[in-house]
Amino acid sequence: MSTPSSPPTTTAEDATARGERPAADLRQRVYDSPKEQAIKYALGACAFISVLTTLGIAAVLIIESIPFFQSVPFSEFFGDTRWTPQFADKHFGIWALLSGTLLVTVISAVVALPVGLASAIFISEYASKWVRKVLKPGLELLAGVPTVVYGYFALTFVTPLLQAAIPGLGVYNALSGGIVVGIMIIPMVASLSEDALQAVPDSLGAAAYALGSTKYEAVVRVKVPAAFGGIMASFILAVSRAIGETMIVTLAAGATPKLTLDPRESIQAMTAFIVQVSKGDTPQGTIEYQSIFAVGLVLFLITLAMNIVANRITRRYQEQY
Amino acid sequence: MEPSSNGSFNLRRMRRKRVGLILAGVLFLATIFGIVVLVTLLVDVVLTSVPWLDGQFLGSLPSRNPGEAGIQSALVGSLWLMGLTALISVPLGVASALYLEEYAQDGWFLRLIQVNIANLAGVPSVVYGILGLALFVRFAALGNSLLSGALTLSLLILPIIIISTQEALRSIPSGIRESAYALGATRWQVIYSHVLPMAAPGIMTGVILALSRAIGETAPLILVGALTFVPFVPQGALDQFTALPIQIFNWTARPQDEFRGLAAAAIVVLMILLFTMNLTAILLRNYFEERRAGA
Repeated sequence: MSTPSSPPTTTAEDATARGERPAADLRQRVYDSPKEQAIKYALGACAFISVLTTLGIAAVLIIESIPFFQSVPFSEFFGDTRWTPQFADKHFGIWALLSGTLLVTVISAVVALPVGLASAIFISEYASKWVRKVLKPGLELLAGVPTVVYGYFALTFVTPLLQAAIPGLGVYNALSGGIVVGIMIIPMVASLSEDALQAVPDSLGAAAYALGSTKYEAVVRVKVPAAFGGIMASFILAVSRAIGETMIVTLAAGATPKLTLDPRESIQAMTAFIVQVSKGDTPQGTIEYQSIFAVGLVLFLITLAMNIVANRITRRYQEQY
Repeated sequence: MEPSSNGSFNLRRMRRKRVGLILAGVLFLATIFGIVVLVTLLVDVVLTSVPWLDGQFLGSLPSRNPGEAGIQSALVGSLWLMGLTALISVPLGVASALYLEEYAQDGWFLRLIQVNIANLAGVPSVVYGILGLALFVRFAALGNSLLSGALTLSLLILPIIIISTQEALRSIPSGIRESAYALGATRWQVIYSHVLPMAAPGIMTGVILALSRAIGETAPLILVGALTFVPFVPQGALDQFTALPIQIFNWTARPQDEFRGLAAAAIVVLMILLFTMNLTAILLRNYFEERRAGA
């Protein structure tokens, strides 16, 4: 780290020995001057903040969860199916919240993965330059809509629509939240999958055409399979995003933690529970307050694992070509 | 649909073409779906907001009476947050990216930071809220202040700023750096006088997009204790605050139709702010892409 890689240093000592202009000064006093060194280390320290952030998140979640797990054993946390911190008879079974998150995530994946992939294929392979210029910013705007606005949309537009179609559907249900979370992650799937398709070498498509393929055969049977790794990575990242989504599920999916697979039910996702506790005036030090750190830890571990897997796939896939 | 006896190859070719056409249609419809939803959302929000959106709404403090309620404190709070977040996150983010692109040599430290940033970008925003609550609100004792909120949002968008700045720096041809070095410039002189000015439009695009992400965030602000009812305009960074997304959340969560109308009106204000920012970023990018392509 102490010797700079570039620019290449010259034989400054020789130059001074020959009594020429002190070229050594250029290297020692200017290039390696305290100021230059200080700038380098200051910038390095800034870059290190990102590492500290990760450590900070892990430390906060673990340390603050310890008191929670001292009163709630792992066997109850992972064994119970009820989550009732507000009741007199308190139960802390994470499955009740996890199943809510899972239900919403599955619904959103059903919406977003096919639509997102189809958009990616269309934009990458079919759209003319002009159409692409309209569609891509359109999808970017969709990605830029704040989640609280999607939450409003789910509750005041999608839910009444669903209620008209499904008799007896309550105001808060997993279906509406799931669909809108799906809409929210479409741009993510589309843009990452499109990158993957773009990374497929043109020669593969050309070879398919040379063998007599039609366009759709070249796309569906050659290019999409070739981009499979990147497409999978986009799916995993989008699903991980859906798991961490907070405002849509808080506003539209309800606040009743329960173990169910019925999308018409009101449920509570992990993120929605965290918001519910922190927006109320739950006193610090109560078990209910401590529980948000335990739930946060579970959430963090799940999304972290998915991100690591997705980034691995992306990197391995990039090396292929 | 079945292959015929004469020239089956040709007939099958017709069918294959037809399948392709159908697929293209389906793909097109799927692509349009997102846009249709976006338009529906916007039309719905705008129509609902019309009776509520006026000067009184923009200039009034929140009230329990929907007819008198406004978003002044939320709007000012959001602008404060955006300013403070930019002040904190832009220098840190650009500095980090400069280190990673211009200084760091390939090795475990660089790889650690790169992998770490990629993973941080995927951490749910509510988890950043938990970090902000423990670190800034309680440990640093900053309370439920604008500063706590801005610090939390800064950590949240730091990965976005770093990644986009790195891309902007990478797009500067190395010939520029080498020419400056050849003329005797130090590394910092090369960066400060040549690389940064050339990368500035790209960096700005990334910064604007990151800030527009920050201004729409709700969950982290709820965690750090942004209040739902703030009948005053914040005067300093240590004041308690509310923000537009918080106000929207609060009004949406109420069952009365009047408050839904207020929520819609607040959404229109937020979306105008966001679209302006996004549009600026997109135009900036297109302009400089074209200029570079032309050069």
